[in-house]
Amino acid sequence: MPERTKQKTHIEFTLNGEAVEVAFAPHKTLLEVLREDLNLMGTKHGCELGECGTCAVLVNGRSALSCLVLGLEAEGRSVETVEGMASPAGLHPLQETFADTGAAQCGYCTPGFLLVAKELLAANPRPTREEIKEALCGNLCRCTGYIKIYEAVELAAARMRGEELELPREAVYGLD
Amino acid sequence: MLTEIVGKPVPRKEGRSKVTGAARYVDDLRMPGMLYGATVRSPVARGRIRSVTFGEGVPWDEFVVVTAKDIPGENAVALILLDQPYLASEFVNHAEEPILLLAHADKQLLERARRAVHVDIEPLPAVFTLADSLARTQTIWGEDNIFKSYLVDKGNVDEVWAQADLVVEGEYSTGAQEQLYIETNGVIAVANAEEGVTVWGSMQCPYYVHKALLKLFALPPERVRVVQCETGGGFGGKEEYPSMIGGHAALLSWKAGGRPVKIIYDRAEDMVATTKRHPSLTRHRTAVSRDGRLLGMEIEFVVDGGAYATLSAVVLSRGTIHAAGPYNCPNVRIRSRAVATNVPPHGAFRGFGAPQSIFALERQMDKVAAAVGLSPAEFRRRNFIRQGETTATGQVIREPVDMAGLLDRAFELTDYQAKRERFARENAAVGAGGVKRGIGFASFMHGAGFTGSGEDYLKSIVGAEADASGRVRILAASTEIGQGTNTIFAQIASDALGLNYDLVEMAQPDTGNVPDSGPTVASRTCMIVGRLVESAALGLRQTLQGAGLLADEYTEGDWREACRQYVERYGALKSFSQYKPPPGVRWDDEKYEGDAYGAFAWAVYVAEVSVDTLTYETRVDDFVAVQEVGKVVHPILAAGQIEGGVAQAIGFTLYENVVWQDGRMVNNGMTNYVMPTSVDLPPIRVHFEEQPYEYGPAGGAKGIGELPMDGGAPAILNAIEQATGVSFTHVPLMPEALMRGLSETT
Repeated sequence: MPERTKQKTHIEFTLNGEAVEVAFAPHKTLLEVLREDLNLMGTKHGCELGECGTCAVLVNGRSALSCLVLGLEAEGRSVETVEGMASPAGLHPLQETFADTGAAQCGYCTPGFLLVAKELLAANPRPTREEIKEALCGNLCRCTGYIKIYEAVELAAARMRGEELELPREAVYGLD
Repeated sequence: MLTEIVGKPVPRKEGRSKVTGAARYVDDLRMPGMLYGATVRSPVARGRIRSVTFGEGVPWDEFVVVTAKDIPGENAVALILLDQPYLASEFVNHAEEPILLLAHADKQLLERARRAVHVDIEPLPAVFTLADSLARTQTIWGEDNIFKSYLVDKGNVDEVWAQADLVVEGEYSTGAQEQLYIETNGVIAVANAEEGVTVWGSMQCPYYVHKALLKLFALPPERVRVVQCETGGGFGGKEEYPSMIGGHAALLSWKAGGRPVKIIYDRAEDMVATTKRHPSLTRHRTAVSRDGRLLGMEIEFVVDGGAYATLSAVVLSRGTIHAAGPYNCPNVRIRSRAVATNVPPHGAFRGFGAPQSIFALERQMDKVAAAVGLSPAEFRRRNFIRQGETTATGQVIREPVDMAGLLDRAFELTDYQAKRERFARENAAVGAGGVKRGIGFASFMHGAGFTGSGEDYLKSIVGAEADASGRVRILAASTEIGQGTNTIFAQIASDALGLNYDLVEMAQPDTGNVPDSGPTVASRTCMIVGRLVESAALGLRQTLQGAGLLADEYTEGDWREACRQYVERYGALKSFSQYKPPPGVRWDDEKYEGDAYGAFAWAVYVAEVSVDTLTYETRVDDFVAVQEVGKVVHPILAAGQIEGGVAQAIGFTLYENVVWQDGRMVNNGMTNYVMPTSVDLPPIRVHFEEQPYEYGPAGGAKGIGELPMDGGAPAILNAIEQATGVSFTHVPLMPEALMRGLSETT
C-alpha cells in the first residue's frame, strides 16, 4: 500500500488584503486550499482542468486559474477572491452591475467573471466591447449568452471612471 | 396600493449573494463526519457481469461499499417506468452504467480505490444508432426496442398526394447535446433506518427525487426529505438525474449508519455518464398547391432514448406536437417513436424534443418554398396559423396570434430583404476560398406547461404564508436555477397583494416544508406555477378580509397590523392554491388530439452568417429574436432567458458535437466538446411583443424558458443555404461536414 502523506506544508500570504498563515497537504491546489483549508467557498470549481475559468482568482493582481496553481505558489503573494471584492463601503461596482443587469443568472461562474473583469478594468478603464470579449473568453457561462455580462462590465467601467452611463433601454426592455 | 412592479427590472432576490460569493451550492456545504462517495461504472456498453474484484493496495476495510444487494427497497429509479436500476446487478445496458458505490473520508484514497475495482463483463452485441435500433439488429429493450410511439392524425393525409401540385420530401437529423451547466451534479445525503432519508442537492425537481427515494428505500413520504441548494444551472440536465445521484449518496449513507455522504461529479464523469439531448431523425413529406398552400404534411419523427425509458416518452410527445409548427394545414399525420440504444439514457434538455422536430420542419419549409418558387417568407405568410384555426392536434387557437406581424418586425430589425438581395449579389462575385454571407430565419411556437392532460395529473399546489410582521413567504417546490423563479414569484405575489417587493420572499424548496408545485421544467414555472402563486397570495388577503381585519383599500401599515392581529388570535396565516385547468380545455390521450397546451409562445428568429469557404468556419454575425410570450414579468430576466437560450442553440448548431465510440462519449471535456465562448457569439438582439394570456399570472404571462432553443438551428442552416447554395440537413454542422457538402457541389 502506498504511503499516505500526512505531512503538511505551512505558508504565509496575503489574502483579500490580510496576512494569513495556513497549513495544508502540499499536493493541494490553491482552489482546494481556499475552499478546504481557508473555508472561502466563493471560489468555485467547474472542471479542475483549466478549461472553464470558473475558479479564477487574482494573484498579485493577475488572473490565475486556482485549479492549476499549487497552494504552495501563493507563498508571499497577494491573492484576491470574490470575498475580497466588496469593501466596508459596499459592493464593488462590478458586483453591483452584475447583480442589477442580469449578468449573474445561476451565479456559479460569476466569481470568476468578476475577478477577470476587475483585472481588465484595472489595466484598461475604458474597454471596447471587443476588448471585453477578448478578456473574458477564458470564462465559460452557460446561462447568459454573455450579453448581459458585457453590459455589466461597461456599466461598472463607466461608474468607476465617475461617468454616468445608463443602460440602453434596449438592454433593459428589449428592442423597441 | 403601490404601483405595479410586474414588468419592471427589480433586483433579483438572490442577486447579492451570487456576486459576493455568499450563495451556498451543495459542494460548499460540509457536515461533521462526512464521507465522499464515488461510483464504479461499466466499461462496456452491454453485457453480463461475471465478477467484481477489489484490487491490491487499498485498505478496503475502511470503505463503505454498496452493491445492488444493499438496496432496502426497489432497485429502480422511479420516474415513468421502473426499468432503470440504481445499480446494475446482472446485466449492463450502457457504458458508464453504475455498478457499485464507494465512500471514504479521504477523497484521494477514494479515487485510487475506484480505479482499483475491476468489473469483469462478458460483452453482448450492442445497438448504438437509431437506425440499428429501428432495424432491430438486436432486441435490447422490450419486444421491439420502442419505448413509446404516438400517432397524430388530422384530416385525411392519404387523399392529398393525388391532388397536390407538388410533393416535397426531406430527411433531417440532429445530434446529442450536453447541457453543460457550470456546476456539475452533486448531492449530500444523510440516511438511516431511524431518521429516514434526507438529500440536499443541485436539482430542478425536489419532488422527483422525493418520489424516487420513497421507492428506493420503501419508506413513507414523511420519512424522506429533499432540499434544493443554490443550483448552478440545469437546462433539463438536473430534471431526472438528481434522482440517480441522490439515491446513490443516500444508499452509501444508509450503509454507513447515517454518516453524511457527499457525491460531486467531476466534469469528465458528469459529461460521460449523465443525460444529453436526444438525437433525432425526422422525415417530411409535404403536399402543396401551385400557389403555395400547405395541403398535407406527413411527418415521421424518431428520437434515440438511450438504454432506459427515463423521460423519453414525454420528450417524444413534445417533439411530436411541435413537429408541424405554427402552420394551418388541413391534413397532418405525425408518427413518432422513441427507441432504445446502448448509450447512457438521453434526457431532458431545454426544448425537450421540440428543437429537434422544429429544426426539421423549418428546414423543410425553406425547401418547399423553393420548390413552389416562392421566397421562404412569402410561402410561410400564406400558411401561418391564425386565430380560430387549428394545430396538428386539432387545438383551436383561441388567442390572437400574429405570426406575420412577428415576421415583419424581425425583418425590419434585421433589414432582411435588403440583406438577402445584397448577399445574393455579392456571393456571386466571391471567388474560391472567399467568405460568403447569408441570412435566414425560422418561425415557430412553443407550448407552455405539461403536454395535454399533464398539468391535470400533476395538480400542483403552491402555498403562501404571512408572519406577524406582515412578511409574506411563498411555499413552492419550483426551483431557482438561474432563470429567476425567486424574483418573478415575488413580483407576482407583491403585485397581487399591493405590497412592497421586499416584503415577499421565497421559502427554500424543501419537501419537508413546501407543497409539490410540480417540476421546474416545460416552461411552466411562470405561467402555471406563477398563477398559483398569485392565487395563494390573494388567499392571504381574503383570509384577513374575511376575519374583518383588513379593508378593501389598505396601506402596507394596515397589512402589517392585520397580519399581527390575525397571527395573535388564530395562529399561522397560510393559504394554498391548487391547479385547475382553464375552462374549455380538452385533451384525448388515446387519439392524441385536442388542447395540447394552455398557451403557446410565438416567435420568428433571424440569423445572419458568414461562411469561410477556405477554412470552413461559420460565424453567426447577427441574431435577432422576436417573440410573443404574453406579459413580460421581468424584462432583464426575460431577455436573459432568450439570450442564453439562443447561445445554446448556436452551440447546438455549429459547435457542440458529441463524439461517440462504442456507445461512450469520448470528448467528455470542455476543450474538446466546445460550447460557445464570448468571442464565438454574435450580438443577440431580443424583442418582445406582449399579447396577454387570459389565464396567465400578472396580467397574462406565458412560458418563456425553452422557446429560444427552438429557432436557432434552422435559422442558421437556412442562412448557410443562402450563403453556400447547399442545403445541409444535420446539426451540429461541423466544419468537416461543411467541407464535404461544399466539395460535393463543386
